[in-house]
Amino acid sequence: MAKNMNLKLKVWRQKNKEDKGRFQIYDATNVSPDMSFLEMIDVVNEELIKKGEDPIAIDHDCREGICGSCGVYINGRPHGPLREITTCQLYMRHFHDGQTIVIEPWRAAAFPVIKDLIVDRSAFDRIIAAGGFISVNTGGAPDANAIPITKDDQEWSLDAAECIGCGACVAACKNASAMLFVSAKASHLVRLPQGKIERERRALAMVAQMEKEGFGSCTNTEACSAECPKGISMDAIAQLRREYFKANFKVRK
Amino acid sequence: MGWFIKFIDSSLGKKLVMALTGLFLALFLLEHLGGNLLLLINDGGEAFTTFSEVMASPYNIIIRVIEYGLFILMFYHAVNGVRLWFLNKRSRGQAYESYNPSANSTLFSRTMILSGSIIFIFLVIHLRTFFFPYRLGDAPGSMYEGVIEAFSDPVYSGFYLLALVLLAFHLIHGVQSAFQTLGLNHNKYTPFIKGFGIVFAVVICAGFASIPIYFLFRSMSGGM
Ligand code: FES
Repeated sequence: MAKNMNLKLKVWRQKNKEDKGRFQIYDATNVSPDMSFLEMIDVVNEELIKKGEDPIAIDHDCREGICGSCGVYINGRPHGPLREITTCQLYMRHFHDGQTIVIEPWRAAAFPVIKDLIVDRSAFDRIIAAGGFISVNTGGAPDANAIPITKDDQEWSLDAAECIGCGACVAACKNASAMLFVSAKASHLVRLPQGKIERERRALAMVAQMEKEGFGSCTNTEACSAECPKGISMDAIAQLRREYFKANFKVRK
Repeated sequence: MGWFIKFIDSSLGKKLVMALTGLFLALFLLEHLGGNLLLLINDGGEAFTTFSEVMASPYNIIIRVIEYGLFILMFYHAVNGVRLWFLNKRSRGQAYESYNPSANSTLFSRTMILSGSIIFIFLVIHLRTFFFPYRLGDAPGSMYEGVIEAFSDPVYSGFYLLALVLLAFHLIHGVQSAFQTLGLNHNKYTPFIKGFGIVFAVVICAGFASIPIYFLFRSMSGGM
């Protein structure tokens, strides 16, 4: 059994959108290496509540790496020092006794801070909404395998559909570009027969919304893909570009 | 026409322009290097002079047209790059207190604006040393003599070499990035493109660098 640790947390505190915000130092004492990062914050927050102070606001929900709400910047990287995990899946054994951990919210003009470490990610929702619908027949349940699709295409689509919308791509990118997110959302549909009907309209609308929200443009540093907890690949971005270029020349207006 | 301007000025379109102009400029570098390597032939500059006269001839209409295109695209590439940098900076907003980008991206990819800016400054100096006086002005002597004179100045040669290293940095990211921007990414051929980009960058850098180094050694050994 590894020994318990004492850590220093340098945490961003900000009351609300209007507040300017500042860093505050907290001690996290007697931290078990088997705690998850969020459990460690829970313990610190218990102490703060006992002292009558405002606990650190941090977004979380599933705590099993699938909802994407727990994104924070830890020591200069989204979701901390490991690859392909979310903050809730990060364990304290990856830190060492006496370490200072800097915890900040995602920084992007399109993700304004709501409180402390929680940012407003509704820009992502608006991009998805702009993507619109796919056309399928309603009525009785369709026959299984009525639409033939190869296993490769299916898997390729699922690779993109793994995106949990956590925003780590935007947070990691030096341009705060949302291209990995947008391309994952567009690609998982375009890689299936059902999603192909509205492909042009969807690419144009989602990119337009992305620009409107103020995300930067992708310069292929590949930081997004490296930091994506689901390991979404750069080929999604290439595919969105192909879709977008084609759509611009094809759509009749 | 309106849709087209909107298209090439969209966030994806701007990058498409960067990729296409960038690849064109990379091709030009290859042609330029080919010409320069003629300097290494020990013939008193005859081959190089013949080559530069053919390239400079007013009757060489295709080259004249490409030359104008080159200037325009070079300028567009630079201006568009600076615009992208400004817009992208604005998208971040507040900076991180602790930021560790080397964990997820290459230095080359993050410093395109820096390498690009220094290459631009180099380009202005470079055109003033060679292109303007020998092609447009009335410099005495041949371009070949101009090359020898310029490279006899160690400060000039030093800056020349520094600019080449930064050009290599720019190309290491730029070449492969251009293909990604064009939408070409596949696990079958992308590793090749990335490798090719590095080889291309090194060949261009080493090729151009060989010339000042060659003249330096020649002047040291006393031969002219
Ligand atoms: S809390 Fe759901 S992914 Fe971390």
